[in-house]
Amino acid sequence: MRSFIDFKNGKVDLSHGSGGRAMAQLIEALFVKHFDNELLRQGNDQALFGVEAGRMVMSTDSHVVSPLFFPGGDIGSLSVHGTVNDVAMSGARPLYLSAGFILEEGFPLADLERIVISMAAASREAGTPVITGDTKVVERGKGDGVFINTCGVGRVPAGVTISGNRARPGDAIILSGSIGDHGVAIMSSRENLQFATTIVSDSAALHTLVADMVDAAADIHCLRDPTRGGLATCLNELAKQSGVGMMIDEQKIPIKAEVKAACEILGLDPLYVANEGKLVCICAAEEADALIEVMRRHPLGRDAAIIGEVIADDDGFIQMTTAFGGQRIVDWLAAEQLPRIC
Amino acid sequence: MKYIDEFRQQTLARQLAGAIRKEADSSRTYRLMEFCGGHTHAIFRYGVQDLLPDNVEFVHGPGCPVCVLPTGRIENAIELAERHGVILCTYADLLRVPAGLGKSLLKAKAAGGDIRMVYSTQDALQIARANPEREVVFFAIGFETTTPPTAVAILQAQAEQLQNFSVFCNHVLTPSAMQAILDAPEPVAIDGFLGPSHVSTVIGSQAYEPFAEHYLKPIVIAGFEPLDVMQSSLMLIRQLNEQRHVVENEYTRAVTREGNVKAQRLMQTVFERRDTFEWRGLGLIPHSALKLKPDYAAFDAEVRFQLPTIKASDVKGCECPAILRGAKRPVDCKLLGTVCTPENPMGSCMVSSEGACAAYWSYGRLRDGRGKQQKAQAGKA
Repeated sequence: MRSFIDFKNGKVDLSHGSGGRAMAQLIEALFVKHFDNELLRQGNDQALFGVEAGRMVMSTDSHVVSPLFFPGGDIGSLSVHGTVNDVAMSGARPLYLSAGFILEEGFPLADLERIVISMAAASREAGTPVITGDTKVVERGKGDGVFINTCGVGRVPAGVTISGNRARPGDAIILSGSIGDHGVAIMSSRENLQFATTIVSDSAALHTLVADMVDAAADIHCLRDPTRGGLATCLNELAKQSGVGMMIDEQKIPIKAEVKAACEILGLDPLYVANEGKLVCICAAEEADALIEVMRRHPLGRDAAIIGEVIADDDGFIQMTTAFGGQRIVDWLAAEQLPRIC
Repeated sequence: MKYIDEFRQQTLARQLAGAIRKEADSSRTYRLMEFCGGHTHAIFRYGVQDLLPDNVEFVHGPGCPVCVLPTGRIENAIELAERHGVILCTYADLLRVPAGLGKSLLKAKAAGGDIRMVYSTQDALQIARANPEREVVFFAIGFETTTPPTAVAILQAQAEQLQNFSVFCNHVLTPSAMQAILDAPEPVAIDGFLGPSHVSTVIGSQAYEPFAEHYLKPIVIAGFEPLDVMQSSLMLIRQLNEQRHVVENEYTRAVTREGNVKAQRLMQTVFERRDTFEWRGLGLIPHSALKLKPDYAAFDAEVRFQLPTIKASDVKGCECPAILRGAKRPVDCKLLGTVCTPENPMGSCMVSSEGACAAYWSYGRLRDGRGKQQKAQAGKA
């Protein structure tokens, strides 16, 4: 089928989600063209693939970020990284992705194409092809341009059991790099809040870093990417799941000076600001140094640092020694600091 | 950005802590009221109390604009959105403040009210320009810090002949609150004040001189950084030890004795004092708040929409009023952490991050073991 779609000036209309010819053309000329791979080309309502014996993981993530394009990425690349990371936080090697698009009538096709190209590039780079998908169109005013849901599956290597409930008192808490970059990059490009900054989102697929880590220390206890709610929320989740407390040191937490400054202006606490290319790792204290060494050799773990330790505490408090020299609790995020960050 | 870490340095904090320990007379206590929510927040967020000796105690003051706003005014705002169908522009921290009957602006928004979060008065003006067919009301709150920008917006709206823009004015005056605390029928024991920070950039340090003279209380204008708080505490302790009671300015990098004269003139141009205004926790205080002058009545939402005075009652058992006067501490409230949490605030001190209850609960509740106890109780209940 030849494409007559005007990607330069055209807009999404209701026929693009109708199931008819216009939809088929859009799928062919846009999604199949850019995501191109053997499994997608099967052209069925589902993708058929073989699996090895073993354990698999599956994860899904919907992306509603606003604005759609931001320094360091866009909703397309983010929707790949988000799901690849969720899969990888089990120690798994991500294999395949699905992509569901909810488009708003009137959305420029040029923007959609730009998003799909970026998404295809991210999936190629991560080695996780998009092998099945779906497109729906909602009336103008019922969506916000484009929402993307991705789902991912991955295979967990034998002997690896990473889970949020495995943190034990005495374990080391490792952070892979500086926090807050993504949230601040998004804020800096929000319509009513534009400010000049050099900060770009840290949006990245972390599975190769995880693979290196798992190779170096098979018995990592917990892995989690501190996305919405930031590092603070991530640590609270892990503490709750494992029934432990944590003691962290503010001075050990890497934060870029620009991020710190932007947070200061916006009245945000960087501990609660979202990341899209960082991970928290909890492991036995004696494995921490070896892991840090491996992580620092990887481009996405260059600033990895041990930021604290797991302690016994039935109430699951995260406590922090402040850089100022005092103590405080690092609590759950009470209200949304920054809506629609991913 | 420079001048962030400079004011949070641990080595300097230790030096100051040593100086305070040396200066503080162990045979007495020093009860210092930090006036502003910004101070309260800094004290808990950085753990300042941990660096001070036990006999130096902070009493949390009323300087959190969200906290002192009576719930009736929130109900007025909800009414503007729901009954009058206006676009209500508000600062974000007002959204979750509980009003009567389980209402809040956030719930009114979910129910279809056109309530928009703005970062400045300029955003609200922009919304008015973009929606000429709609009434746009800016929900103005705050002390003297946020008042001049509201004045600017009103003058701009007048110059542009914006017919659809008005202001629901809730601006209050800091010196009045200080006076109310000092004149309370059962005054709270306060030895000295860490004076307002940003407010003082506008009104100047001289605004507090009558208090120091008349009530014999030392006042030190203190910046919001943790080192500011410590340095100012040291200055207060010195004054107390020397039995002096004057206004001193620690925050010299931003505050002068005269303040920002241009901003003061702007306020005088647009606003006049109300006969009286209700403060949450402090009750009715004469001449303690501002309203638009008759010349600007066209931009006064209270006039335009004939808003009624709503006498709202606070949640039973909520100690916010006493906490705002410094008469009680957050730990003295039975609701704290049991039914009143940042996720489900009963009182305004739990809503704003500058509120004493929210700061205590979020950052400091392990300090006296109370957080643990309450968690256990909540679990049993």
